[in-house]
Amino acid sequence: MEETRAIRARGITKSFGDVVALDGIDLEVTQGHIHGLVGPNGAGKTTLLGLLLGLAVADSGRLEVLGAPVERALDAPDGVTGFVDGPALYPSLTPRQNLAALAALRGHDARTAGIDDVLAEVGLTDVADDRTRGFSLGMRQRLGLAAALLTRPRLLVLDEPSNGLDPAGKKHVHGVLGRLAADGTAVVLSSHNMDDLEALCSEVTILAAGRVVFSGPLSKLATEDRELDYRLLTSDPRAARRLADDAPGIEVVDGAGARQDAEPLVVRALVPALDHLVARLVARGVALRELTPVVSPLEAAFLALTEQQEAGR
Amino acid sequence: MTATLTRSREREPGQVTGGRRVPVARACRFELVKLVSQWRIRLLVLACWIAPALFVVGVGQQSTLPVDTLFGRWMLASGWAGPLVMLGFAGTWALPLLTSVVAGDVFASEDRLGTWRHLLVAVRSPRRIFVAKAVASLTVLLLLVAGLAVSSTVGGLLAVGNRPLVGLDGHLLAPSDAAASVLLAWVCVLAPTLALAALGFLGSVTLGRSPMGLLVPVLVSLAMAVAQMLPLPVAVRVALPSYALISWNGLFTSPRQLGPLLIGIAVGLVWAVVATALAYALFVRRDFTHPAHDGSGRRAIAVGVLPLVGVAAASFAVVAATTSATGSGIEQDKVQRSLATAFAHLYRMQTDQLHRPAVTEAQLKATASCGKGSTRVAAEGPGNDWRCVVTWHLPGVEASGQAIYQLDVTPDGRFMADGDGPKEVNGYFLVRTPEGDAPNPLWQFDGNVELLDTTPKG
Repeated sequence: MEETRAIRARGITKSFGDVVALDGIDLEVTQGHIHGLVGPNGAGKTTLLGLLLGLAVADSGRLEVLGAPVERALDAPDGVTGFVDGPALYPSLTPRQNLAALAALRGHDARTAGIDDVLAEVGLTDVADDRTRGFSLGMRQRLGLAAALLTRPRLLVLDEPSNGLDPAGKKHVHGVLGRLAADGTAVVLSSHNMDDLEALCSEVTILAAGRVVFSGPLSKLATEDRELDYRLLTSDPRAARRLADDAPGIEVVDGAGARQDAEPLVVRALVPALDHLVARLVARGVALRELTPVVSPLEAAFLALTEQQEAGR
Repeated sequence: MTATLTRSREREPGQVTGGRRVPVARACRFELVKLVSQWRIRLLVLACWIAPALFVVGVGQQSTLPVDTLFGRWMLASGWAGPLVMLGFAGTWALPLLTSVVAGDVFASEDRLGTWRHLLVAVRSPRRIFVAKAVASLTVLLLLVAGLAVSSTVGGLLAVGNRPLVGLDGHLLAPSDAAASVLLAWVCVLAPTLALAALGFLGSVTLGRSPMGLLVPVLVSLAMAVAQMLPLPVAVRVALPSYALISWNGLFTSPRQLGPLLIGIAVGLVWAVVATALAYALFVRRDFTHPAHDGSGRRAIAVGVLPLVGVAAASFAVVAATTSATGSGIEQDKVQRSLATAFAHLYRMQTDQLHRPAVTEAQLKATASCGKGSTRVAAEGPGNDWRCVVTWHLPGVEASGQAIYQLDVTPDGRFMADGDGPKEVNGYFLVRTPEGDAPNPLWQFDGNVELLDTTPKG
């Protein structure tokens, strides 16, 4: 089955006065996928999300959303919704009233708009009739998501949707987004939380200073030409350390004076060198009980970008 | 659960799922829901629909009346005085405050809550958002003003009754005429209310989340109230958008002093249109994607303020050119004419109350001679140093009667006449009326000098 593009962006630029927020951005997002946007503060994530929502129009380049070109502000096609800079709700209304007002705004009957369904979906049924004035950030995030769900979107754009969520709330939100993607909705979300992005996203785009420095599947990040730190837990730490010391392309990064039998062993390597080390361990009869990156490939890429940006200043 | 939710999200063919611009009517309803959900708006609605009635009924139980307020001295005589006292209070305090709270916050509240982008994504048209916000806040304002009018009227009619009202020139308005004039007076103040609301929109748009935006209608109204107290040329006074908050009193003379009222309404409406147009122009040009930009800025303030200064200057020029009004508008012959007319009407009323032989205003041929204490001081302009001698004739009596009055004339043309003898004519004594004992109507009374010569003499 041919995959349809929810977003196709080519050479998008956007400036605010002298500040270049986006500089020649290319982006493709497929229906039914969750796409993460990551980058340091000021990288242009929120500006890009704003363009996708139609809040602004690019200075140059071509943007297609759900197959329709977006050439004017507030001209995004039907089926696009979401929020940037946090969810916006009216504190004098209850969640149910907020959603009913939104449903009425869009011409739906509040009784048949599925308000109870979306409240249940984000886990806010118990507080549906409380004033939102006292809501925590996490609860407001969930209500913001419920408001977006009410429109039955085909493209959902979310800025930091996991901010302030407790583990239960996060589970709810992840579940909702996963089900939406399974139903064919494209989701684009930005986050500084790498765990969330890795748990949710099939693809990510890393932005730095308004430019795309990586865009593609998460799995591709691990195979990029970048050394990562890995934690190894083995049946014979002393033998594992000896093999690691002798292996080409492997750097043991334990602190100086560390015990030879210290567990776990942390090594820095590219993926091919790590594969070679694992093969040698197994060949020597050393059982490998655990092998995990100390920081995720995504976080490592993010940190590398941040360091580059700091060094460039 | 999942199956249910998935089913509930299935898209129906042709279903509107956002993207299309929301009709203005729906956006208005949305804005109304938000406004009415605010506790302060609910509190204001309650206050406007209940407090005036309680005030008027409360005053009806007192022996001391608010005589400093126009029609205050007649609150025990007619139920129609209550809504007029409330109108005077509203013009000075309530309407500026109400417009500040409602119109002055309607745009700024979105800045404070950070909801602009949400609203734009939902409605997809800044123009429609502006129209919806303006219409919704004006609807709420209308509800509040209607509350003030209806509540004070109901309170007055319940506490005192549907009785004739003494006008500002002393003539008696039948209850039906009083009702029509009261209704018309409240309708007339909608024009300056609209002007204040439009200034509220402008402040709210230009000043963003700054509290100064909220205060614009109050500050402007206060400045104009101060201006009305200063001895400014009458053309400046009439050219201010708040003048209709004062000039409604021309409805309570015979003939009605419609000239200043109509000019006041026209100026108020021009200000309302210009200020709304400026607010609209600034709002639709705002860049909602710009980080940390809430629309405020020197340029926005200049764009918002300078045209209004131009409107004020143009209003002044037009009023000055069309009415040939110069000076304070308070001139000796106008004061004499107003006082004599009011005296004649009230003398006839006193005659009825004292069961003397009936007499008409025409038979009385009342005249007044007024000056400002000293011959060295020109007999014009406001002040509490006006001294007048009223002369009248009774049918079949050779000699003429004379009574002395001290007049306190305020810059807006209102005067309070205080009887200074002879005691049996305009001194303090109680007369028995069908409604109970009341002060001698010729003792102290209010009147009105028409500042512009626009009403045909009659």
